[in-house]
Amino acid sequence: MPLLQISEPGETPEPHERQLAVGIDLGTTHSLVATVRSGSAECLPDAQGRVLLPSVVRYGPGGAVAVGHEALAMAADDPSNTIASVKRFMGRGVSDVAKYGALPYRFVDAPGMVGIETAAGLRSPVQVSADILRTLRARAEQSLGGELFGAVVTVPAYFDDSQRQATKDAARIAGLNVLRLLNEPTAAAIAYGLDNAAEGTFAIFDLGGGTFDLSILKLTRGVFEVLSTSGDSALGGDDFDQAIARHWRKAHGLADASGRDTRRLLAAAREVKERLSGAQSADAKVTFTWGQQLHLRLERREFEEITASLIQKTLVPTRKALRDAGLAATQVDGVVLVGGATRMPHLQRAVASFFQREPLVNLDPEQVVALGAATQANALAGNRAAGDDWLLLDVIPLSLGLETMGGLVEKVIPRNSTIPAARAQEFTTFKDGQTAMAVHVVQGERELVADCRSLARFELRGIPPMVAGAARIAVTFQVDADGLLSVSAREKTTGVSSSVVVKPSYGLTDDEVAAMLREGFDHAQADRDARALAEQRVEAEALIAAIGSALEQDGDLLSPEERASLSAGIASLEAAGKATDHRALKSAVESLNRASEAFAARRMDRSVSQALAGRRLDEVGSK
Amino acid sequence: MNPEFSRNHFDLLGLPVAYAVDAAALDDAYRELQSRVHPDKFASVGEAERRVAMQWATRANEAYRTLRNPVDRARYLLGLKGFDTDEESNTSMPPDFLMQQMEWRESVEDGRSRRDAAALESLRREIEISRAEMQARLARALGGERNYEAGCSLVRKLRFLDKIEAEIDEALESMLEGAR
Repeated sequence: MPLLQISEPGETPEPHERQLAVGIDLGTTHSLVATVRSGSAECLPDAQGRVLLPSVVRYGPGGAVAVGHEALAMAADDPSNTIASVKRFMGRGVSDVAKYGALPYRFVDAPGMVGIETAAGLRSPVQVSADILRTLRARAEQSLGGELFGAVVTVPAYFDDSQRQATKDAARIAGLNVLRLLNEPTAAAIAYGLDNAAEGTFAIFDLGGGTFDLSILKLTRGVFEVLSTSGDSALGGDDFDQAIARHWRKAHGLADASGRDTRRLLAAAREVKERLSGAQSADAKVTFTWGQQLHLRLERREFEEITASLIQKTLVPTRKALRDAGLAATQVDGVVLVGGATRMPHLQRAVASFFQREPLVNLDPEQVVALGAATQANALAGNRAAGDDWLLLDVIPLSLGLETMGGLVEKVIPRNSTIPAARAQEFTTFKDGQTAMAVHVVQGERELVADCRSLARFELRGIPPMVAGAARIAVTFQVDADGLLSVSAREKTTGVSSSVVVKPSYGLTDDEVAAMLREGFDHAQADRDARALAEQRVEAEALIAAIGSALEQDGDLLSPEERASLSAGIASLEAAGKATDHRALKSAVESLNRASEAFAARRMDRSVSQALAGRRLDEVGSK
Repeated sequence: MNPEFSRNHFDLLGLPVAYAVDAAALDDAYRELQSRVHPDKFASVGEAERRVAMQWATRANEAYRTLRNPVDRARYLLGLKGFDTDEESNTSMPPDFLMQQMEWRESVEDGRSRRDAAALESLRREIEISRAEMQARLARALGGERNYEAGCSLVRKLRFLDKIEAEIDEALESMLEGAR
């Protein structure tokens, strides 16, 4: 357990040790964890040497939880308590999951997001995902021999705000410090681009188990700039299995099967699909619960026929992303394939013919996302080597807007805006004397509110009574570097301002997350406190070190009084670090953070000014 | 607390306050600024730095987005000179432009209802030609001529072109989606 290091007054703190950071690819069918060791990213295997963890969790009677291979082995016998492809349910309501057809789960219509009734009780998709993440965290901590400083968790680029929020909540519940949510195709681009010193315009074609993303990136001298992204968050390799299962059902006259039989049929379909990537035909035997045994067979030609429409479906977002980037397919310098489903030969042919160039397949399509995420995690944790300077500029996939009169959407931040982004939009009152205004935040491209996803509703109250149209209400959207939105509203004319910050309605409240976090740890209260204290000490240590080096560099930006007050803040945090109360330590960290904000702002201002001055010198020099 | 944002977008990116912008210089300046202020550079240090970084990176993105787009750049520059382009309320247009507007709108509707992607694409190219002409006039108005009133009127016209192009793109997109 790292202890708080306290340096002598005036002495520079030791450069902090290498922080343990991982990248996690939380996939629909498989999940992986990777880290950077001796300069290169690698996936971490489990005790049996397997890097892929099936994204399957089984909730047994009496609260027993099995994750991964063990859970997968039980899926066919206990389908309703064995949750697979839970990523498809993240941030989704009952009506959304109905689109996936007959599933063997007992869904419960919970507010915001579906719940699943299991033998161990009601589970939110967020908790199921947290169980997968917790398993990967344990694997990483065991393998790296210490507690993790933080993790980068990947999400499909086309995930909307609710799905992103749900993923971040799952990671927090698993006890992970989320350094960043990273878009999967962008992660793949980092892994590919840094390995190959690639320059130019690249399309990342990412067909995972349950999601499809297509991102266009421009790579120039260490900058990864996402130009546009598009996709389908309900299209993936799973759909190809379903297509095979449907084909067999029809061919063999099988009626609607039970959950168990569906699972068996789908497992056989997946096996055959995978073998067809290397063979002209493949077969499997399935024994149904009613005792019948069937020998199922599929030719590659048949497979290609029955899934041709799914392949075509991937080209729709592909065209859209190119159009948004203002590019023709032939202007792309390279196409990178990501996701296990891109191993299918007919998919590779379709991509090659669309872009009129052979896609790049010299990387493991299943590992590349986790490897890229690990590289980003390493950089964010401050372990970046000198000269290893690259920058990522990503975008939001879907427009964010507000409901206006008549159920229409007014877009505030258009899709493919580079993040972080903020935009304010002004509105006014509709009636004389109106003192409140309902704000409805939506995400999507369609004109009607009903066709977009509802993210949050809140009311701005306390508007001073005025004639209709006189009030000026500024609604501000802020999207952070994780692609997550917060919204605030303010009445401007009278100086009377009331402002609210909302979390999207599909997200969990901090209390709910805290409660789930408590459930997740079977430790005693004392263990939890010890853990919290250790975490806070790491945080305090990092903060003191950061301010120490900032003072050394830019101390002249502070007046003697300001400097003295900051030093006093550091001293009191050091004192709090010796105590054992994690709450007191937390509040000391927060107060030092607040106290250093003006200093941080001035330092940033100086850094920008220096950049500008440097450039002007260059210009003079070159003339 | 908000950082001191006294610099305008041009100053922030170290560019002269002028309509004519060297695209390569703009790209370079933006990337260099982001490489200093992006939150990723501050992920492992204090929260205060992270908050300040997010505000700056947001600001850098806004400046870049505004200056990269010719119409947004013109509107912004006119604002700095004290001219409001007034696009929401001032919809008066010269009669010839109004006629042209109506023709274009009819063509979009026509293309949409006949699901004629080729016609829509060719209309888009026609509008792009008009856009290039107007942008050249805008560059003259905001450059040597310093005719800011004319600049405002051109921005209003170009804004209309943006809208009609968005309608064309939307029609084309819904055709694409309908085709699957």
